Amino acid sequence: MTPTGAHATTGTPATRRLGLVVCVLLVLLVLSGLWWSAEDVVQGSTVRIMYVHVPSIWVAYMAFALTAVCSGAYLSRGTRSVAWDRVAGASAEIGVLFVAVSLVTGSLWGRLTWGTYWVWDARLTSTAFLFITYVGYLAVRRLGGTLRQRARRSAVLALLAVLEIPLVHFSVELWRSLHQEASVANPNAKVEMDGLMLFTLMLGLATFTALFVWLVLHRQRVILLEDTVADRGLDEAIASRRDEAGAR
Amino acid sequence: MEHASFIIASYVLTFGSIAAYAAWVVRRGRGLARRASREEMPWT
Repeated sequence: MTPTGAHATTGTPATRRLGLVVCVLLVLLVLSGLWWSAEDVVQGSTVRIMYVHVPSIWVAYMAFALTAVCSGAYLSRGTRSVAWDRVAGASAEIGVLFVAVSLVTGSLWGRLTWGTYWVWDARLTSTAFLFITYVGYLAVRRLGGTLRQRARRSAVLALLAVLEIPLVHFSVELWRSLHQEASVANPNAKVEMDGLMLFTLMLGLATFTALFVWLVLHRQRVILLEDTVADRGLDEAIASRRDEAGAR
Repeated sequence: MEHASFIIASYVLTFGSIAAYAAWVVRRGRGLARRASREEMPWT
């Protein structure tokens, strides 16, 4: 039985409501980021890039951490369900998108503050390495084999790759770097930011987190459908070969 | 606003790429869901 109309989608009433909330938050973020919040004393209006740059890398960290948690859950004896692998794959793909956004927006911000789009600085280089690692993770997921083989090998890779996140985050303290230290999530827990600027940054983090949840919910359902359709195609191919062999 | 082109470009690139990805996910989901049964979609 093939569903039609309202059923032929990966959405539910809950995801539609969440999508609506995300749209409202995005509009508020753009208004607050581009108009309501004040310019920075040192950086001027270029600080407005922070409201999309920081939430992007935050979502990337969160996505890769979720990938690792789901991969660990898959490898644990009690919870070996391929559903964990689907969430891990969906989360990693979204993480790659957001780390790419973070690299591009950071590059534009760098051109305005440092006078160059790119330097082989510790933070930038480690972030680029993080991006390449997870592109590799996505490539490994596309290698052949059964769903369990895919889940096992990508889970092992995800648990190794997640170790890069502390390296990227603390690179500005471990090495001399052009990149500024964390404004909020710093070891001194000292936040020196105007109220509306801090509000806009927090709004960005909340908006991008809600957006991430919406994307993961949809993408992991799409992966389930991809697996189902691929499995059915394989079953049909096997049945067809058996019929051919029986007819001879 | 000073450096408006860079600031607007960063917003357009951010929201444009996320919107394009979200549209691709939703479209692909719709396409595949048409080929699946209700039993194969536990969220329905």
